Amino acid sequence: MEHGSLTDLSSSTFSLIDEDHTLANSVRFTLNQDPRVQFSGYSIPHPSDNKVNIRVQTTGDPAKDVLKDALQNLMLMCKHVRITFDDTVNDFRATEKVEHMDINSNR
Amino acid sequence: MPKVSALDMPDVPKGKLPEHLEVQRTRVVCNADAPIHTEPFHYSGAFALMGVDNSVTLESFCKNLKIEVIELTEDTMEFDMIGIDASLANAFRRILIAEVPTMAIENVLMVNNTSVIPDEVLAHRLGLIPLNADPKLFEYLSEHDTPNERNTIVFKLAVSCKKGSPRLTVKSDQLKWLPGGSELEMESPTPSAKPRTYTSFSRSQDSMPEFANKPLGVKHQDIIIDKLGPGQAIELEAHAVKGIGKVHAKWSPVATAWYRMLPEVILLKEIKGVDAEKLVKKCPVNVFDIEDVGKGEKKAVVANPRACTLCRECIRGVNEPQVELRRAKDHFIFKIESAGAIPPEVLFTDAVKILEEKCDRVICELS
Repeated sequence: MEHGSLTDLSSSTFSLIDEDHTLANSVRFTLNQDPRVQFSGYSIPHPSDNKVNIRVQTTGDPAKDVLKDALQNLMLMCKHVRITFDDTVNDFRATEKVEHMDINSNR
Repeated sequence: MPKVSALDMPDVPKGKLPEHLEVQRTRVVCNADAPIHTEPFHYSGAFALMGVDNSVTLESFCKNLKIEVIELTEDTMEFDMIGIDASLANAFRRILIAEVPTMAIENVLMVNNTSVIPDEVLAHRLGLIPLNADPKLFEYLSEHDTPNERNTIVFKLAVSCKKGSPRLTVKSDQLKWLPGGSELEMESPTPSAKPRTYTSFSRSQDSMPEFANKPLGVKHQDIIIDKLGPGQAIELEAHAVKGIGKVHAKWSPVATAWYRMLPEVILLKEIKGVDAEKLVKKCPVNVFDIEDVGKGEKKAVVANPRACTLCRECIRGVNEPQVELRRAKDHFIFKIESAGAIPPEVLFTDAVKILEEKCDRVICELS
């Protein structure tokens, strides 16, 4: 849910239900890396509500688009982490197999 | 004398941060009283005035990210994640603990329990037993769903200790999987109606291809559930469903998942002779070592900084600091201890996928 003004689209607060620090903190990180972002931050209004508010203020672009781009970036980062991780695990397995192979077993 | 900006002074490096700022940006310095520079510089333009870019673009992230596997066994894993922000590392850790689904016993139907452990405590103990079942093969059981072969695993526990025999220990291997579903009949309002059980399986689970050659069961056979004295008995049925650690810790797929930042130990000056030996002795994890520099002279060197636990024994009660302890802000030593159902490397990829799904969900909601 977006809370912003109709005339100024460059600053908005987004209320995400069923999310917590896990997503909000990561998104804040990617938001801050965007040069279009003037300010970004998040808060959890009450610990027993499953809700997080993300504030985005930009230099002019619609806050919604900037937030979407930040999420997209985060997703791509995750994808890269996953691919790198899988590759490293496979490499590790392969080298381990070579090390454990008994070179004398063919005799 | 002409006015010169401090940034244009000849001893100020161009295009990169001065050393002290670089340390603030990339390291946490652990002083004897408290750590300093713990906060990261979030803002991408934090050093724009000095001509230094503090941003992380997707390209630079992809270029700098490095992962190294240190140890990988059946249920533990240690790896280094280098070039990633703490917010992401922490997100993965939080998801691993609270949001990767597993199967666990949720409902227990007690037929008989004359053991010393009360029903509710016994049910709680059963819930905490790790099950050897792949949660990806199951669906969540929501409130109005009827338990069926796609969302429920049924176990039966029926043990008794005969009068006159010695005390009996009930272990987790006595939980018997019922692939056909519940065997207990529900009380029907009309006596003529066809009796119904507590689950409605349309077919037996062991006829399904995914379980045919891999029977469902408990991960560890030797977990003590209860002890029965002569004449005591337990008869119950346990229904396991899919869930996440946020709801109850029994669904957490890991024993623990944690990370620590890479320690960095720096000798501020050359430490020789008796002082060097004193320093080596001070460290309980042998971070320091002694090196011979010739002519019987000895020098302290940092041999194994990774072992540093940050006990700060080496910087305590010293008037003049000899050693500085730091931690790299973007190098995480990640450790995952799986509870058994899912191997640790699969857990991590699952966790990353869950974060991706979260992003996707919010993007969909926004557009």
